[in-house]
Amino acid sequence: MSTQSKSRKVKLLQGNEACAEAAIAAGCRFFAGYPISPSSEIAEHMSVRLPQLGGRFIQMEDEIAAMGAILGAAMTGAKVMTATSGPGYSLKQESIGYAVMAEIPCVIVDVMRGGPSTGLPTSPAQSDVMQARWGTHGDHPAVALAPASVREVYDETIRAFNIAERFRMPVSLLVDEIIAHMRERVDVPDKSEITLWERPRPTVPPDQYLPFGETPTGVPPMASFGEGYRYHVTGLYHDPRGLPKDSPDVVDATMRRLMRKIELGAGDILKHETVLLDDADLAIVAYGSSARSAKAAIRLARARGIRVGLLRPLTIWPFCEGPVADLAKQVRHIIVPEMNLGQLVLEVERVVRGGCPVHRVNRVTGEPIPPDEILTKIEELAKG
Amino acid sequence: MFDYDKYLRLEMFPHIWCPGCGDGIVMKSLLRAIDRVGLQKDEICMVSGIGCSSRLTGYVDFNTLHTTHGRPIAFATGVKLAKPSLNVIVITGDGDALAIGGNHFIHAARRNIDLTVLLFNNATYGMTGGQLAPTTPTGKVASTARHGSIDPPFDACKLAIAAGATYVARGTSYHSQQLDRLIEGGIKHKGYSLIEVLENCNTYYGRPNKISLVELLEWEKDNTVNVKAAERMTPEQLQGKIITGLLHQADRPEYVAAYEQHMTRMQTKVGTAA
Repeated sequence: MSTQSKSRKVKLLQGNEACAEAAIAAGCRFFAGYPISPSSEIAEHMSVRLPQLGGRFIQMEDEIAAMGAILGAAMTGAKVMTATSGPGYSLKQESIGYAVMAEIPCVIVDVMRGGPSTGLPTSPAQSDVMQARWGTHGDHPAVALAPASVREVYDETIRAFNIAERFRMPVSLLVDEIIAHMRERVDVPDKSEITLWERPRPTVPPDQYLPFGETPTGVPPMASFGEGYRYHVTGLYHDPRGLPKDSPDVVDATMRRLMRKIELGAGDILKHETVLLDDADLAIVAYGSSARSAKAAIRLARARGIRVGLLRPLTIWPFCEGPVADLAKQVRHIIVPEMNLGQLVLEVERVVRGGCPVHRVNRVTGEPIPPDEILTKIEELAKG
Repeated sequence: MFDYDKYLRLEMFPHIWCPGCGDGIVMKSLLRAIDRVGLQKDEICMVSGIGCSSRLTGYVDFNTLHTTHGRPIAFATGVKLAKPSLNVIVITGDGDALAIGGNHFIHAARRNIDLTVLLFNNATYGMTGGQLAPTTPTGKVASTARHGSIDPPFDACKLAIAAGATYVARGTSYHSQQLDRLIEGGIKHKGYSLIEVLENCNTYYGRPNKISLVELLEWEKDNTVNVKAAERMTPEQLQGKIITGLLHQADRPEYVAAYEQHMTRMQTKVGTAA
């Protein structure tokens, strides 16, 4: 694709604006939200742009209502999104579980701030990593993406919609406050450069349609309300027609299919970046803003002759187990810097299984991790 | 003989409701009302929350969405705004709509969005075993108020009127012909319609309070007065009576229509700017 394309635009965008614009480019035409720092610019932007495009914007009475409204809208065929931050993300969790169970595509943006509780409303953190995995009750699959630049917010928002639609799943976009409020140059891709995935649609007449049936991919086709496929949608365990059933065989088959569709789709869902890992004997595993600090630390360390590289998951759920397990066989030490007291590091440790020592660099002050703090750890381990 | 079967998912029967429950009576009234309005099944989206009455959506052959506890009005708002051609009917209970979902109940009324909310008020939490509801009369026994409730109850209709609903009616499961007309009127009304139905839970409200099913139904007859009859009665005669019928109707801009006008304005703005 030509970078000279006339329709390609270079813009100075804020992370939250990039998210809203990318959602529109992905086909999002319904947004429901509730004001919360540091995500409100997404709702503000959508409140102007969606009506211009014939889409729907509504400010709901609370976070739970916003989540409910997007799920209702998605049932009519719309691509939908809501945006929030930690406290609001907590309030939405029950309905996120509903979206998993009822297999309703939707994107939830969580601009991460310091918690718990009201915490640090306008300061960054990476404190919702485990909430994105286990925030809703019950066994369930989860998909969460973590961009590290404004341009990446754009791309990952589109990818979040694609995954949500193809797999009929709620997808969380975990942006931290730094990236959400930062302004960076973004080469806005031309429409022709964007690949969109749509939800699978029924190809059979209504009397043969199974909205929750077994398929080779594990993802059943999804009809929209009002187009002749009348069916039932419930958060209860249900049979392939969607009707409530709690027999052990139906429960087991449903639960396992929900998990399996994400396992089978891992190739479409997982994404990571590697930086200077080929010759590395030390590695950093980092995501979001912390990965930016890690890259700076790696540059400084490399200048001092230390062979250190980076593995950066863009998809943090499901976790990139294979690449991290391989990394543990290659390097002497792994460092995991996070703006929390250790969340994704628990996954790294689980996958590494003692194959090499895993070290933490943590900060919970509402400030980014300075590259120096990571560099200090790198130098300490390089000597050892 | 009215043909209920054409609106039912017969494979879902027998239903979960107890013998004597009011839910089935109200469901039949709802189906007759839909038939009278003449809606096609594909044009209807029925959204429910959690509770005994909310199980109704599983039994009827429409586009049906059985959501989370308290949230059907929020989901329904999304359905209606995204696809205004659908007739959206919310099936909810007194706990679902007035306790855990109270915020959505009042805000949808404030917006005057074109939803028809059918509120099954049995004065208790039937599905979970008869706990105190926001509608349980003061003094009555519940499994979480064994010596009588000290809580005053909500009046759902007054609440809806105060919040801005433009069609507010109350019926009972005893007066089923009146209920047909009230639901029919609610479906036809453009705006937020509430039809509160007083009905019984003989299992979890009647039994602990030592009131029989027959007494519960007779209570619906003896303690309610139609709004028209009430006009001719003195305050003394109305003491302790509950008014039924169409209690309030108003003309106010409907939300989806207002949104569509807003959309046109925003698009014109862009047009002139470009």
